[in-house]
Amino acid sequence: MSTATVEAPLAVEADPRISFRSHVRHTGALIRRNLLWIRQDPESMFDAILFPVIFTLLFVYVFGGSIGQSLGGGQEAYVQYVVPGLMAMMGMNMAQGVGTGFNTDFNSGVMDRFRSLPIGRGSVLFAKIAVEVMRMLIATAVLMVVGVLVGFHITNWPGLFASVGLSAVFGSALMWVFLTLGVIMKSAQSVQAMGFLVLMPLQFGSSIFAPTKSMPGWLQNFTEYNPLSSLADAARGLMVGGPVEHGLWVTLAWSLGLTVVMAPIAIHKFRTKS
Amino acid sequence: MTRIDNTPRQAATGRSAVTVRGLVKHYGETKALDGVDLDVREGTVLGVLGPNGAGKTTLVRCLSTLITPDAGTATVAGFDVLRQPRQLRRVIGLTGQYASVDEKLPGWENLYMIGRLLDLPRKEARRRADELLERFSLTEAAKRPASTYSGGMRRRLDLAASMIGKPAVLYLDEPTTGLDPRTRNEVWQEVKRMVADGVTVLLTTQYMEEAEQLASELTVIDRGKVIAGGRIDELKARVGGRTLRIRPADPLQLRPLAAMFDELGLTGLATTIVDGETGSVLVPILGDEQLTAVVGAVTARGITIASISTELPSLDEVFLSLTGHKASAPQDENPARAYEEVSA
Repeated sequence: MSTATVEAPLAVEADPRISFRSHVRHTGALIRRNLLWIRQDPESMFDAILFPVIFTLLFVYVFGGSIGQSLGGGQEAYVQYVVPGLMAMMGMNMAQGVGTGFNTDFNSGVMDRFRSLPIGRGSVLFAKIAVEVMRMLIATAVLMVVGVLVGFHITNWPGLFASVGLSAVFGSALMWVFLTLGVIMKSAQSVQAMGFLVLMPLQFGSSIFAPTKSMPGWLQNFTEYNPLSSLADAARGLMVGGPVEHGLWVTLAWSLGLTVVMAPIAIHKFRTKS
Repeated sequence: MTRIDNTPRQAATGRSAVTVRGLVKHYGETKALDGVDLDVREGTVLGVLGPNGAGKTTLVRCLSTLITPDAGTATVAGFDVLRQPRQLRRVIGLTGQYASVDEKLPGWENLYMIGRLLDLPRKEARRRADELLERFSLTEAAKRPASTYSGGMRRRLDLAASMIGKPAVLYLDEPTTGLDPRTRNEVWQEVKRMVADGVTVLLTTQYMEEAEQLASELTVIDRGKVIAGGRIDELKARVGGRTLRIRPADPLQLRPLAAMFDELGLTGLATTIVDGETGSVLVPILGDEQLTAVVGAVTARGITIASISTELPSLDEVFLSLTGHKASAPQDENPARAYEEVSA
């Protein structure tokens, strides 16, 4: 008698559910996989490292002078303004990348293997998000270093860490949206195009790069509840002082809302896609 | 780890490891599976033979819980695909049509990862990865990314990955499609070794030779329907009996010989064929009496025979006579094979 066919049922029938420890183990194994990818292909870290450098230099030296004037200072005033704003952008940027990366990954044969294994299918997605958040933290660290080099003054360290945390929370919430797109859309290119179309207006119709005072009324209304604005405002308040509360609550509300709605959809789509 | 054991398994017990009844899966208008019934007995290899688009892959995907059938039932090692998917995933191994390994990861890491995903403790997962790399002759390539592997190495890694959890039932979905003949043979050897260890295998293939090499029983499917099934030799016998090949010493005797057999009216389902190239006559026969009668008639005429042999019809012929059309070759799906055909 085949022992495998007899013992296996007995062993698993007792509890077909996957324990929390197993979930952690599976997610860990998949995080390792994603980290090994980076080791195999270090160039994949270029975006995380170069993006903050290029954006900081670009915005500070190209727009810094003129926008700084309207802030009642000069380039220095703009550095204080834009660095927290750019931090809000890091999460968004990584989130967009996770969609494209996941789409490619999803169309590879190894996904069939994962989906035929007795693992919680959410673990594949959790691992992806965990690694992207790590990348985001690296990008943020680079941003802070470049920021300080171009004259950013960190006045409130706990505030800095709090805003990094807030940006990670919002970034991971946004990743669920892009993971869903990554699963349901046919090609990586369309995920990227879609991400670009959605994020461009959110990103520029916000207080990330410039104060919203001079924008027309309808746009100001939009920026008021644009999560990227709120995140940028909250980060600014936490890091260099200023109002925090409105931005903080709006950001947390968006993060919670996006996660609650999109995470189950992403996992469900991942489960059922054939 | 109760599930993992090293006890050698026994061969065929007659119990069904995979039972499929009336399985249906539609994609819009296309009936990928249109009421499929099949059984794979424990410890045996069932070959599912069919041309591209016959529904082979859809069947495997249903049986590995990757897709949900529209109707019908299927149980694998006693677990229902619809009601007990989690338990079922514990007892199966899947090697897909396209190597399902992570190409960016080294071979060893691929196996270690699967081990961890199957809840093996770290130490055990490491041991198992080493052991399987050794077994599938991949130890030297353990640290290289799978993307640098040759087609055959990748399939072997894929097979190794499927074996990590010591599955009771293994699905091999066109395991050698796109491989060159030598590599194909290599993969066959590995599969034979696994079968010798007692794994139950459901093999899909469009190569008659592959089914003949690996499977003991065969289910022929076409356009989502089972059109024939049984032991390979039974199936062959049912389709055309045997063919007697007689080569007279004198090539001039070829035609008179053929005419004589036609007169005797001994032929089976098909007619006597004169094979000019090899200088022999092919006579379809149904049984031993006919064989004796043919030999007797030849002797009575005093014709000297250079060689005589009986052959089973090839699986290609089996397929042709069962479906009424040739088993179609794979089309643009596989570049490697397309190349093979162009260069052939």
